[in-house]
Amino acid sequence: MPVAVRGGGEKLWMRRTRAGDIVAWFGWLVGVAIVVASFELISQVTIWAFVWDAPAQGADLIGRMFPPRWSYASQLWKPMWDTINMATLGTGLAVLLGVPVAFLAAHNTTPSVVFVRPTAIFVIVFSRSINSLIWALLLVVVFGPGTLAGILSIGLRSIGFIGKLLYEAIEEIDTTQVEAITATGAGRGQVLAWGIVPQIMPAFAGITVFRWDINIREATVLGLVGAGGIGMQLQASINVLAWPQVTVIFALILVTVLASEWLSARVRHAVI
Amino acid sequence: MEASIALSGGPIRRWRPKPLIENPWTRYAVYLAAILYAGIAFGTLDINWARAAEGFERGGRFIAGFFPPDFVSKRVEITEGLIESITMTVVSTAIGIVLSIPVALGAARNLAPLPIYLFCRAIIALSRTFQEIIIAIVFVAMVGFGPLAGMLTLAFATIGFMAKLLAEDIEDIEVAQAEAVRATGASWFQLLAWGIQPQVLPRLIGLSAYRLDINFRESAVLGLVGAGGIGDTLNNSFERYEFDTAAAIMLIIIIIVMGCEYSSSWIRRRVQ
Repeated sequence: MPVAVRGGGEKLWMRRTRAGDIVAWFGWLVGVAIVVASFELISQVTIWAFVWDAPAQGADLIGRMFPPRWSYASQLWKPMWDTINMATLGTGLAVLLGVPVAFLAAHNTTPSVVFVRPTAIFVIVFSRSINSLIWALLLVVVFGPGTLAGILSIGLRSIGFIGKLLYEAIEEIDTTQVEAITATGAGRGQVLAWGIVPQIMPAFAGITVFRWDINIREATVLGLVGAGGIGMQLQASINVLAWPQVTVIFALILVTVLASEWLSARVRHAVI
Repeated sequence: MEASIALSGGPIRRWRPKPLIENPWTRYAVYLAAILYAGIAFGTLDINWARAAEGFERGGRFIAGFFPPDFVSKRVEITEGLIESITMTVVSTAIGIVLSIPVALGAARNLAPLPIYLFCRAIIALSRTFQEIIIAIVFVAMVGFGPLAGMLTLAFATIGFMAKLLAEDIEDIEVAQAEAVRATGASWFQLLAWGIQPQVLPRLIGLSAYRLDINFRESAVLGLVGAGGIGDTLNNSFERYEFDTAAAIMLIIIIIVMGCEYSSSWIRRRVQ
């Protein structure tokens, strides 16, 4: 730690040297300046009269949202079931496609570091960088509105997630077990089945359930772009300004998300 | 590794890797339930297969429409959208982090009394259960179209994310250090500054970098509901069937997301 010596030979402990202090302050200055400048840009394109009106608008909105039209819930069970199916089947699709990609991407299981591994990593990164709503936007144009586009967009987005976390888990396995199996004269497939798969099973189950939980949340909004599920009812209700129905949809989404989060936490707790 | 032994008619002992679910009854019940569910789910999905089959041909034309990506003819709109997205990301992350720190302190059981703890946990739960898109719909209804709604949405989502993870980290600190500081007669704020802040700072920096990355990804889709940013530009180009421009925007998003991801993981490796 730097020490500053005062006039009378008195020593004072400091956290940083003077140069370090200046650098730190300069860093903060630049950071704050960037944030203020960014806010300035946002504020230029904002109609502030609307914003000052926001508390009144908010109160008005809440006034319109209550009381909720609970009778509308009877029309929501089928879309909700579709939403859950989209998330679950999409996760299943992602597992089918993502697991092989993970094995091809992991350093210790890939058949070729030169060609296959970079390709698998590229698939993972590509799938991860496109949000499932954008996937849905694309797939609705291709396959038409409906749950199929939803399942596929959930699946395509989740391949990257499952692939990434699983290949990291594969790379972190205990190598002594693999060596022990290899020493018995096992072939590549046998090493995989006996040395590697049992080690990553808990991680695999945890990752899958975790992604399923995220997918339930995402599936609730995919309908906004036409990809099926409860989001379509949400979009329809907002378009006709039927706010009491929106409240019912929000409540249903809240309950479903909390239930799926509870379930996924239980499963992860059990396997890890 | 444990393995279960099955004696199969003779002196040859067969070994099987240990299954993930040990109890065979539970295991087969889970398998059966999964198969049953998949059957019901597929049975109730109303997928228009004729339309889907048509999709492959459409998909071909659609992908052909993407090439070559057109960066030039809409470059003004693209630049505007990008600047909006980036400013939204920067401001919302800054505001979100600043606001999440007090919430995190309140949500750490070792620092806060029970009523404050419950209140802060409620804020976190509220912010985490709803998708950003749904929150954006509400904010757009309140403050009007534009990046301000997106900024508020992302700031709100950042609070839940950061506060939850930071609170967990505060609960996991080395108690001895905090105890030592407290033993010198330090006040609550001195305890924070000397006993807790140095322990959680690396994690705070890492999480902030990660959240900046997530916020940019999200800012790219908030435009779908009118909350500004590059998503708005993307949605417009889809609605006008300008697929070459859409392809260019998606490429830009992917490149920026990859850049963000690499730099955020680099920062996280440096500080942790």
